[in-house]
Amino acid sequence: MSNWLLIIYCGLITFLTRFSMIALLKKEMFNDRIREILSFVPSAIFPAIIFPAIFLDNSGDFQLENNPKIMAAIIAMLIGIISQNIIATIISGLASYWFLIFVI
Amino acid sequence: MNNKFRVFLKGIFDVSPLMIPVVPFGLIFGVLSIDIGFSPIETMGMSLIVFGGASQIVLLQLFSGGASSLVIISSVGAVNSRHLLYGAVVSEHLSDLKIVWKIVISYFLVDQAFARSNEYFKKKKDKDKYFHLFGGGITCWVIWQTTTFLGIVLGAFIPEKLGLSFAVPLTFLALLVNDFRKLINVIVIIISGLVATFGFNYVPYKAYVIVAGVTALLTAAILTKLNKKNE
Repeated sequence: MSNWLLIIYCGLITFLTRFSMIALLKKEMFNDRIREILSFVPSAIFPAIIFPAIFLDNSGDFQLENNPKIMAAIIAMLIGIISQNIIATIISGLASYWFLIFVI
Repeated sequence: MNNKFRVFLKGIFDVSPLMIPVVPFGLIFGVLSIDIGFSPIETMGMSLIVFGGASQIVLLQLFSGGASSLVIISSVGAVNSRHLLYGAVVSEHLSDLKIVWKIVISYFLVDQAFARSNEYFKKKKDKDKYFHLFGGGITCWVIWQTTTFLGIVLGAFIPEKLGLSFAVPLTFLALLVNDFRKLINVIVIIISGLVATFGFNYVPYKAYVIVAGVTALLTAAILTKLNKKNE
């Protein structure tokens, strides 16, 4: 599939998830239970991106020793929990990562 | 001042503080997309056509890992399934609109605009209140397109050894900061992460994002149910 076709399909599915409920929904279709479960979607999906990017190397093998990403991610997470601030989380993670690879 | 315009401005005003974290997110997207090998026009096209930060980064991540198109598209769908919730929540406020407006509003229904307009919709009964979501959405749109563009420009100057791809897990980590304090969320986060990491090499077609997401969501369904029984 060409890159453009891939981009268009991704755009289409993104649009449809936004549009379908606005266009079709009858109120009773979504009860509180389904709403509650859908509220867990970020917690269920984002770690599937986060964990492999931290613990695996480029070829998909475990990289648990000499891996500055693990320490940097832990620092970012702690700063995130304390500050509840998105920018502080990203910056503290990147800063500690650079500190670990360039300074130490 | 026309009422629609006033509500539109209120939408811009309300969503603006939430735009600060979008700036690094957009820059990172632009830089990485060029790094992975998409052309500047394709990168800009992604931001214009998809217009969803998490979706676009998942697209890049899986594309660079060699996943098939079908897996990339369905993973983007999985990431986007939270929008079903947003749509369902705001739909009762938009039910009288013409179809064209529903299409326009849907395109702009991103996380930040949803969060602010949903608060506004609950308080107001005004028939022009959808202009709040329109204003908030356009604000997000302008910031996202501008930062994507800047990222594309910057991407040419940023050395590879900075390891900027590490910004991807960090940005997603940052989006979960509110969830680390809730026990069920923490369990769901750990399950999803472990399934994805151990499944990375074994789940066919790089569909590990979907397998991990579904497993974790089922866990959430079970845990919330158990939690209610105990109350």
